[in-house]
Amino acid sequence: MIYFDHAATTPVRPEVLEAMLPYFTEKFGNPSSVYKLAQANKKAIDDARATVAKILGAQPNEIYFTSGGTEADNWALKGMAEALRKQGNHLITTKIEHHAVLHTCEDLEKHGFEVTYLDVDENGLVTPEQVEKAIKKETILISIMYANNEIGTIMPIAEIGKIARKHGVIFHTDAVQAVGQLRIDVNRDQIDLLSLSGHKFYGPKGVGALYVRRGLPLPSLLHGGGQERRRRAGTENVPGIVGMAKALELAYQDLEAKTAKIQALRDYMIEGIYQRIPHCRLNGHRTLRLPNNVNFSFAFVEGESLLLLLDMEGIAASSGSACTSGSLDPSHVLLAIGLPHELAHGSLRLTLGEDNTREEVDLLLEKLPLFVQRMREMSPLYEDYLKQNSSAELQK
Amino acid sequence: MYSEKVINCFMNPQNVGEIPDADGVGTVGNPRCGDIMKIYLKIKDNIIEDAKFKTFGCGAAVATSTMLTQMIKGKTIDEAMKITNQDVAKALDGLPPIKMHCSLLAEEGLKAALWDYAQKNQLTIEGLEPPESSEDEEHAHSEAAE
Repeated sequence: MIYFDHAATTPVRPEVLEAMLPYFTEKFGNPSSVYKLAQANKKAIDDARATVAKILGAQPNEIYFTSGGTEADNWALKGMAEALRKQGNHLITTKIEHHAVLHTCEDLEKHGFEVTYLDVDENGLVTPEQVEKAIKKETILISIMYANNEIGTIMPIAEIGKIARKHGVIFHTDAVQAVGQLRIDVNRDQIDLLSLSGHKFYGPKGVGALYVRRGLPLPSLLHGGGQERRRRAGTENVPGIVGMAKALELAYQDLEAKTAKIQALRDYMIEGIYQRIPHCRLNGHRTLRLPNNVNFSFAFVEGESLLLLLDMEGIAASSGSACTSGSLDPSHVLLAIGLPHELAHGSLRLTLGEDNTREEVDLLLEKLPLFVQRMREMSPLYEDYLKQNSSAELQK
Repeated sequence: MYSEKVINCFMNPQNVGEIPDADGVGTVGNPRCGDIMKIYLKIKDNIIEDAKFKTFGCGAAVATSTMLTQMIKGKTIDEAMKITNQDVAKALDGLPPIKMHCSLLAEEGLKAALWDYAQKNQLTIEGLEPPESSEDEEHAHSEAAE
């Protein structure tokens, strides 16, 4: 199988699994207990916390482990909204956030909060000026993703952080796609809250973290025991936390060399698709882009049918078509960058990983043009296009 | 998520194409929703002699187009009129709930093509109503999807 869906999830690295395994069996103790078996696990969590903190440029006591990116996003938004309700009820986000942020914002709207959903340009970027203009005296939180999961566009996070700080507004970023691929520093970027998820960088599923700048009055989302310094109840997912920290450590070893390799493969794929397939467009910014993200729309075809054909060849990818979203609307991200519905339905996302090879990309570049052509020959939209074009030719 | 039959009909679609001198042509769906189905019929002595399709859509849309055209070939108009979206879905060993609208599209496509045939020949086909405009955004989708 050729796996081009690393933005969806990644396999757990063998070294990560190895680090995790003892915590399922002999090191099974509950970190809250007093005996040695348990205290060793408490230490394992502390070490993991220190590792995560170091990579983000944070202090260990600013890292809180969660069940994943979704919980981290929910906690940051709902928690800060609740904490700052007396100061204001206005939040600023963008139209292309992950649903973990967007649907949380919608929920907050039901509870009396007002949310500004900033437009993005055709590349998926918001400008710092847009953010600044949207700030008003009731604004309590800005939540803007570090990089987009579908089109890979990297937002001007440091500039937005600067503006947030200047206006005294708390700044959260969903960095689920960026962590493991980009060097992040919460102080350089003036980030107050940051969400990350273990399984996006070869760690396990079901574990993530929220960075919370020291002194922020973030209340608990989950109530119960006194874990995570009384802020996030629930017995710690020790194997998950250990595995995530190990994965993060590995991800940032030789990051630049790995990034250069993946990015070269990405650009090779982008060029190859442009050269071989007419009537297509790259979605997302050409350069301010995650090193592993390729996202194309192919006119006159629908994305899910391409996924099925690719799957038959053992190639795994994803699409922003309605048929893959579980609803009838195509991706909100692709609509927000201005794609007409039919092009949004015809999108294909290919996200690379450390183990992908040029040979695998070559196979994609061999098969994909055939599949697009095959679906076009079946498509009444393509038929209409050809007829219009030939009549235009005749009129010349 | 798909039955083997759906995958088969998608991978080996039958009756793809146009009939240049078709007696009835129907287009349903719209690009907003991500599927458009165009059905061509050749009808002689009340019998559907040939049926072809062009479809822009997902795997289920292509599979239902294949299945529908296979089911109606050789049938009389009255027999074809009795084919429902449920019949098409059943012949494919079922469709995921979110994809049932594709089978509805097939039924609507057939009826739109028959309507076109009836209009051209000034016939009345019992039980046949004018198709909804394919530009109409609120076509049967929404209810079918829930």
